[in-house]
Amino acid sequence: MSGTYLGMPAFPVAAKAALGNETLRGNLRHATHTIRDKRAKAVAELDDWALLREAGKQIKDHTLRHLDRYLVQLEESVTAAGGVVHWAGDAAEANRIVAELVKATGETEVVKVKSMATQEIGLNEALEAEGISAYETDLAELIVQLGDDLPSHILVPAIHRNRGEIRDIFRDRMGAWGRAAPEDLSDVPADLAEAARLHLREKFLRAKVGISGANFMVAETGTLVVVESEGNGRMCLTLPETLISVVGIEKIVPSWQDLEVFLQTLPRSSTAERMNPYTSMWTGTTDGDGPSAFHLVLVDNGRTDTLADEVGRQALRCIRCSACLNVCPVYERAGGHAYGSVYPGPIGAILSPQLRGIGSEVDASLPYASSLCGACYEVCPVAIDIPEVLVHLRERIADRGGKGHRLEKAAIKASGWVFDHPKVLAAGERAASLTRKLHPSRVPGGAAWTDSRDLPELPAAPFRDWWKKNRGEKNRGEENRGEKNDQGGKNNRGEGTAT
Amino acid sequence: MRAALFVTCVNDAVYPSTGIATVRLLERLGVEVDFPEAQSCCGQPQFNTGYRRETEPLVRRTTQAFEGYEYVVTPSGSCAAMVRRHYPEIGGADAAALASRTYELTEFLVDVVGVTDVGAYFPHVVTYHPSCHGLRMLGLGERPRKLLEAVRGLELRELPGAEECCGFGGTFAVKNSDVSAAMGQDKVRSAVSTGADVLCGADNSCLMHIGGILSREDAPMRALHLAEILASTEEEPWS
Ligand code: SF4
Repeated sequence: MSGTYLGMPAFPVAAKAALGNETLRGNLRHATHTIRDKRAKAVAELDDWALLREAGKQIKDHTLRHLDRYLVQLEESVTAAGGVVHWAGDAAEANRIVAELVKATGETEVVKVKSMATQEIGLNEALEAEGISAYETDLAELIVQLGDDLPSHILVPAIHRNRGEIRDIFRDRMGAWGRAAPEDLSDVPADLAEAARLHLREKFLRAKVGISGANFMVAETGTLVVVESEGNGRMCLTLPETLISVVGIEKIVPSWQDLEVFLQTLPRSSTAERMNPYTSMWTGTTDGDGPSAFHLVLVDNGRTDTLADEVGRQALRCIRCSACLNVCPVYERAGGHAYGSVYPGPIGAILSPQLRGIGSEVDASLPYASSLCGACYEVCPVAIDIPEVLVHLRERIADRGGKGHRLEKAAIKASGWVFDHPKVLAAGERAASLTRKLHPSRVPGGAAWTDSRDLPELPAAPFRDWWKKNRGEKNRGEENRGEKNDQGGKNNRGEGTAT
Repeated sequence: MRAALFVTCVNDAVYPSTGIATVRLLERLGVEVDFPEAQSCCGQPQFNTGYRRETEPLVRRTTQAFEGYEYVVTPSGSCAAMVRRHYPEIGGADAAALASRTYELTEFLVDVVGVTDVGAYFPHVVTYHPSCHGLRMLGLGERPRKLLEAVRGLELRELPGAEECCGFGGTFAVKNSDVSAAMGQDKVRSAVSTGADVLCGADNSCLMHIGGILSREDAPMRALHLAEILASTEEEPWS
């Protein structure tokens, strides 16, 4: 169930396939535009937004700088509260720990709270290999799981699906996983929600083990926090006997008071709500109330390597609100799957290549999957300068050489030399202008640019020649009459039918 | 007032008309314009593609070329953003000093010269696309629109989704050509929906991309740099 992103093609190839899918483009455009407008309104309501953003950034930076200290403090607090802390260096280790913990309970079924960390490590697949079925209980995750699909958005993993598709998935697949959907299920949202509710209730009431992630971990109290909209997460956190929380080490905040900032910025950035409907907090175990066993699995999986990079480490501030996805024009068109990771969109483009390294084709292509328009940075509630990190990662990839980059580097070097010698540059410009009639506006063979765009016509002469002729030392101040209306061989920017 | 024109490499080689328009416009407003010939490329394409080391000599060259000028003006938001934002971190104190003296054209007109009505006449229906670097890195805000609104004969129509990237993005347009084109086509669609006959911008690289799509699609609209509209007068119409 639920495939993996392994062997994904590089971004441009995957994106091209997505661009051809009209339904997908329509779904994404509608969903992202609706949420981005709502977010803007929700944020505009707070006159201290800039301060909250700065505070969130600073709390995260401070925590990351002293991560070692806070993690030890967290372990102490969790242990004191009756929980058990496990440390996992990578995905395999984390999966092994969780599988063993589940097996120790004797159960073969677990319910899951929506969690990016467990998706990142491929926990469901790992558990399946051990004979354990993991049921997703978040509505969107359920749609993805039943559809044998991959998530395509951080917050709304099934954003690429519309109502009709969801109805079909429910009708065709729910029966194999538990309570079936009614045969005559409609695509009205309330009916779809009711079918999911009945299907999931059965699972909640039966489950003895719950698995979650966490949005935050408070070092001073050992408290974990999950922020959600549906309440399904809360069911998983309170009903089972054993709770296993799998969390990335960067999710820590020092004190209870720090939550004040994020509990304002996260919901407004993600769902455009003033406050999310459900905020669940759990601290160790309490007799007669909730799970009697609590395990916290702290996952590194590339995070300390990311922390070592001075520019790139800011990606670890991310609170997974997904605001950057919703405003990203590239995400909107390429769709989440093209990013080849559970982290799509702008944050995915800087996080995945750092967590996984730039070895694979898809990871090496991600830092280029952006026009550097800056919309992501503008909305990020913890002020991650995503364009800065993208350029920084491009540097790393270009440095390494590799396919395509050796040629590119040679070309950049050559052009750099020309640009550094304006006389040569001017000669080149003149030569290009003189032969301009020979330059085709559509390059045969489909060069990337001219697939869908015409090239501009080159002017009769470069600007510097006009300057010399009309404003050079001799002619300073007396524009050559004959040239007065020569607008530099005004060239076609694509005048179309206009004249 | 005296200012050095940083025409930028794209304008020099492909869009000299924008440079000429800038010179005429500034001179008309009483600014004495210089063109230091030692200038070349600001290094943005190299820097943004990940070739920081290869950018350094260009940063040095640009910094030296404009030494001694109180004001440096450029009709390109993205090149101004490169200088303003990245020069200090790449080129040290001299480059940082250049960054603080460099103005994008509309900034220079509104903030330094202190005009919004530049006495232009351009009898066309125009829609304005704010390029990302000007919009977000420089924070040009309402300056370009104010300048356009004061142009006699010009009817300004709001561009739906104006703040969305047109999809140019330098090497992005080549490395992710399909997504880039899809973004550009959407931009063109909303521009055409305004019924304007001119799409105006303050960055010729974006206009090259948008204009290339307009041309390919035979759209009843052309792309034109803001400087050329502002340079146009009744006596000397630009087009
Ligand atoms: S990078 Fe910023 S905007 Fe994007 S998901 Fe993370 S916190 Fe949200």
